[in-house]
Amino acid sequence: MSADAPLVRVEGIGRVFGEGEAAVRALDGVDLDVAAGEVVGLKGPSGSGKSTLLNIIACILEPSAGRLSLGEEVVWDGAWRIGDLRRLRRERIGFIFQFHNLLPFLDATDNVALAMTLAGTDVGTARARARDLLDYLQVGRRASAMPSRLSGGEAQRVAIARALANRPRVILADEPTAALDSERARVVMDLLRQVAREQRAAVLVVTHDEKIFDRFDRIVGLRDGRIEAVG
Amino acid sequence: MNLALADIRHGLGRFLMTCIGLGLLMGVALSMVGIYQGVVAEALALSRSLRADLWVVESGTRGPFAESSRIPGDVREMVARLPGVAAAGAITLRTAEMAAPQGILRAQVMGYEPGRPGGPDAIERGRALGGARFEMVADARAGLAPGATVILGGDRYRVVGTTRGLVAAGGDPLVFITLRDSQELQFKLAPPAARRAQAAGTGGGSTDTVNAVIARLSRAADPAAVAEVARRWKHLGALTDAEQSDLLTRSVVNRARVQLGMFTVVLLFVSAVIISLIIYTMTMDKLREIATLKLIGASDRTIIGLVLQQALILGAAGYAAAVAIVFATRGAFPRTVALGPAEVAVMAGVIGAICVAGSVISIRAALRIEPQQALGG
Repeated sequence: MSADAPLVRVEGIGRVFGEGEAAVRALDGVDLDVAAGEVVGLKGPSGSGKSTLLNIIACILEPSAGRLSLGEEVVWDGAWRIGDLRRLRRERIGFIFQFHNLLPFLDATDNVALAMTLAGTDVGTARARARDLLDYLQVGRRASAMPSRLSGGEAQRVAIARALANRPRVILADEPTAALDSERARVVMDLLRQVAREQRAAVLVVTHDEKIFDRFDRIVGLRDGRIEAVG
Repeated sequence: MNLALADIRHGLGRFLMTCIGLGLLMGVALSMVGIYQGVVAEALALSRSLRADLWVVESGTRGPFAESSRIPGDVREMVARLPGVAAAGAITLRTAEMAAPQGILRAQVMGYEPGRPGGPDAIERGRALGGARFEMVADARAGLAPGATVILGGDRYRVVGTTRGLVAAGGDPLVFITLRDSQELQFKLAPPAARRAQAAGTGGGSTDTVNAVIARLSRAADPAAVAEVARRWKHLGALTDAEQSDLLTRSVVNRARVQLGMFTVVLLFVSAVIISLIIYTMTMDKLREIATLKLIGASDRTIIGLVLQQALILGAAGYAAAVAIVFATRGAFPRTVALGPAEVAVMAGVIGAICVAGSVISIRAALRIEPQQALGG
């Protein structure tokens, strides 16, 4: 675990869906820090608020209360403090999804390169780095394969490569091992640990998957929108 | 890296099938534009071929195309003597059915005096009419080759030449015979009717009647001024070629023109709705991909570019298919499908505008997709 200042700081975050009697409090006063190089698991039953918290940290869902900081910068404090949230996501946050979410019409290389071209990197440079990343994640031999031709584990590695493309300091993963068997799930988690260590990134993983719990530096439990336990 | 092209390549078979379907629809719309233009072109084809500057007709009529007109045959000599007239020729015009080798043929029969204005300006095959009787020059649309014979009014005519593109306003092919043959065909009474007319003392013997006299003017002559002089004869009316052309397009084929025009508009509207629906479906099929793009930071410009480029590529490919289909099949249409570069270009612009307008709804829908949808939540 790192002693660096947290790259993700969630302070008293709350989120209410709906109004009046129909209002549902999805998150209530959640505090959470994730430091550089740290891999944190977020667990909890369905409806506990895991995805809501992940969406808020990803800056795709606005909180109702509290404060969110990424690194030194306050991102939300009663209102969004950054004008271009997509740019922020592009440059500072990497996403890994439950079902890889690779674009089916791009091959593995271009799926990774796309994230870089969206950030302004020229296509040639982006493809070269994409191939390097695929090699790094031991899936370089499948660089020109379309997603439909990749196995679940290969597709998830390509998705991790895409998440790392712009060298983000924050990596958010939504049940990244749910579609994988135990062995591949551990390989994916080891890769995330390697990335966190080598790139000094903060990794937050939403998961139900007990077989990977030993791969986390820390596991945070959520129940009914509140932090339940830290282990 | 072009996302629109990559997506099209990924589903190329489906995209091509959509383009062919759309091409057929656009082809119908394009054909209607061609038929619309063809009706106008056909209406003016004869008048342009005759290169007449002045049409002298029966007073109070707007003949010979819009209304029936009958004037004595000697009017040609009177018109020929008018100041400014370089040449004049008498013509007759009637619709007739004839027995042709391929069956009953309906045609517009035009009689004229060989060597005088009134005949076709170009012969595609064979020769023009000489002085011999019972010869015929037929437009290619009639399907008669030189040497063929047809039975018209009980007489056997031999086809000596063919023209191209000369049809009546109604689409019937034009056939040319000598004025004398035509006058007999048109005005000579059948023997029993002639005998009855003679018994009643109403004559019926003379057939020297024509439908109009056309005149070509000398270069210095003003058609309106010569027409004014011709109108001074109380039994005659006169139309300049510009007035005749206007009459042909605004009166003779007006209903057909308006009908076709309205049908074309309806077809374009239907095309616009279908194109919009296809673009919308294509966009909604990529809902998760668009959400993922937004989540990883794609700008609105990237999303708009994806939808708009696909709409324009779809429109362009569909329209290319439409042009190919129409140009490959237009010879099979019974009426002229008049499509030139101008019509094709204007229609391309209309289709482009429809694609852009049709993609607006899809773009709005795409921009409303939330990035959370990529997470399945």
